[in-house]
Amino acid sequence: MDIISVNDNIISWKEGMTVRNVLTEMKYTFRMLIIKVNGEIVKRENWDTYTVPRGADIKVIHLMSGG
Amino acid sequence: MDVKGLKSKHKLLKEQTYPPKELFRGYTDRILHINLDDNTVKIKDVPALMKQKFIGGKGYGLRLLWDATKPETKWNDNENEIIISPGPICGITQYAGAGKSIVVSISPTTDVVIDSNVGGYFGPFLKFSGFDALELQGKAKNETIIVIDGVKNTITIEEAPAEEIDSHILAEQLTEMYADSSDPRDMKNVSVISAGKAADHTMIGMLNFSWFDIKRKKCRLKQAGRGGIGTVFRNKKLKAVVVKSAGVTQDPNHVADMEPIRERGARFAKEMKELDPHQCRMKQEGTAHLVNIMNDYNLLPTHNFKFGSHKDADALHSRVWNKKFTQGMNDGCWIGCTMNCAKAVDNFILKSGPYKGQAVIVDGPEYETAAGCGSNMGIFDADTVIELNFYCDTYGIDTISFGTMMAFAMECYENGIITKKETGGLDLSFGNIESSLEIIHQMARGEGFGKIAGLGIRGMKKYFAANYGADMNFMNDIGMENKGLEYSQYVSKESLAQQGGYAMTNKGPQHDEAWLIFMDMVNNHIPTFEKKAEALHYFPMFRTWFGLMGLCKLPWNDVEPENNAQTDEPAKVPEHVDNYVTIYNAVTGSDIDKKELIRQSERVYNFQRTFNIRRGYGLRKHDAQPYRAAGPVTVEEYKSLEEFYDKKMKDDIGVDPAGKSVEEKVAVTRKYRENRYEQLLDAVYQRRGWTSNGIPTLEHMKNLGMDLPEVIEVLKKHQ
Repeated sequence: MDIISVNDNIISWKEGMTVRNVLTEMKYTFRMLIIKVNGEIVKRENWDTYTVPRGADIKVIHLMSGG
Repeated sequence: MDVKGLKSKHKLLKEQTYPPKELFRGYTDRILHINLDDNTVKIKDVPALMKQKFIGGKGYGLRLLWDATKPETKWNDNENEIIISPGPICGITQYAGAGKSIVVSISPTTDVVIDSNVGGYFGPFLKFSGFDALELQGKAKNETIIVIDGVKNTITIEEAPAEEIDSHILAEQLTEMYADSSDPRDMKNVSVISAGKAADHTMIGMLNFSWFDIKRKKCRLKQAGRGGIGTVFRNKKLKAVVVKSAGVTQDPNHVADMEPIRERGARFAKEMKELDPHQCRMKQEGTAHLVNIMNDYNLLPTHNFKFGSHKDADALHSRVWNKKFTQGMNDGCWIGCTMNCAKAVDNFILKSGPYKGQAVIVDGPEYETAAGCGSNMGIFDADTVIELNFYCDTYGIDTISFGTMMAFAMECYENGIITKKETGGLDLSFGNIESSLEIIHQMARGEGFGKIAGLGIRGMKKYFAANYGADMNFMNDIGMENKGLEYSQYVSKESLAQQGGYAMTNKGPQHDEAWLIFMDMVNNHIPTFEKKAEALHYFPMFRTWFGLMGLCKLPWNDVEPENNAQTDEPAKVPEHVDNYVTIYNAVTGSDIDKKELIRQSERVYNFQRTFNIRRGYGLRKHDAQPYRAAGPVTVEEYKSLEEFYDKKMKDDIGVDPAGKSVEEKVAVTRKYRENRYEQLLDAVYQRRGWTSNGIPTLEHMKNLGMDLPEVIEVLKKHQ
């Protein structure tokens, strides 16, 4: 199926979808993020180029701030 | 400014010299007690047991307040105290965020202990002057100031009839009056605590702590905002407390080992320089960087927490604040802070009130103010937020409570609970800028609807029910207060853990105990009750520790080390926790680890819970939340996210929403969410070592080493 899981939310997957595209789709605008695709950390400098495979399990970990 | 003329009107009530005492490893082991009933000044030694169990800061404040008051003492009784205590790490300049004080008192709005943390130079200067804490008790007969001169080692109590009451003027007057000269290097050695005119007439008064900004050559103000301590201050007829220090040396705390502190401080400064521009941009935007982020995640309170985002929220976007704030200034609210997040708007021209047309400096807005005095009141205009921020500060009222209680009043107005008849002709529809400004000026004048609003939400609910026949059930649902304190500015509906993080607090719903929304709602890291309970144990205990030490929480997690992602528990920021353990040991000469850090906090946290119980509160029923904090109260709210709530009903509750009216769906959702909150209480109480009624068990207190006789005496009746 052309889907991926992002923090346990199921969304559509598209050919060539990058980590940055996932963040945009999810409206994840917070800056202090740790991103893991199938358990592997993707470094910030690769978010624009790293393509997400079909069926990927993506964790976008938002660290705490504020207050 | 004719400060000589002002000073000539002072009447000296008391002058007392005291023996100087240098700090040793972060402590002087002395407390300054001043009673305004008879103008007595006492210097008390800190007992060894108190130091061991209560550490400093909030711990000292609670211990002293317990001893000074009776269970039935009210906020405006003479024996109620205001205690200001900085903590052992406060005053170091080699690590960021080390200039905080904690202020403790019995609150006018909650009738339990309130604690409020604040920056500015007063706390460090109090320590350098020879005291680990200042206790203010009794009431003066006339307008009074207290001056602690740490250079001459004198304490004076003076009647001071002529100075202004509003803080932005008073801080300037007293700084100039007590500095050795008008040279900025002398001016910076004076710090002033003050409130303002609205603290005389409302229950939400706050305290300003000043610091002199050498570059701007102006007094800046930081706020101990929560719980009405400014109201207590003015009720004591205190106009100001002034402290004067000889200045800051490299090691005024006489720490046990400076090198580790320097090393960790340098490491942190490097993180700020290299990582902050890509992370939170605290140096450019302070906490206001959060406004648009909260809007994107549906967490920004709009229209009294009905909604979590708004189409006009870009008007309060961080890029707007970036432009409004003067960049490139030294904005640390204590010397040596490399986070520099105390942003300010310079030369702001006021459009209303007694200072209309004047150009002023405005400290902030912080995120809480932007959300509270902006989106939550339906105001999407940055200049109005800045103006409300200025007047809240100088009038001495809390921006968070002001925003939340105004939002409540506005929703009451839109529901016909109050009308123009009750508001004196003011249209209190959401977004009404003119009316909002008029209310704040009425608070300062002590007149009109401003005086009623100044009762706070709990006070307003009682007033509206008694005088206008308002439906208390509806007001309890939409009135965003718990324990009598107004909520701070995050929408918690979709994060059960944050609902606990707010309503299970000791003092009321302030986010400084726990902010778990991302961890819970976005990351889905703590899906079970057990995991939520663990988070609601660890984080409130960890964050309590900042208040024991005189530390700011922001450098802990508003910038994070580059390798934080690779650590086992990135949410805890392990490297920064290690910094704090290292610095504590280096200051005090102790040898604690990160587990003992939590134990130190647990002792004080459980003591505070016991303090509430002693006063007739602190039970399960007092941890109840308004339903607005947990889910949609009204059809309008449900319909705003109908698809989302319908899906939740199907997936989480197992009920098919098809064929149900919106009213029925609201009821089904409510029943489920209220039940979940009760289950959360059970899980958290168990994790914290409390009974199902929220009472610390005797066994738990013994394990913590907090089985003090007076504590057991209170708790044993409830086991």
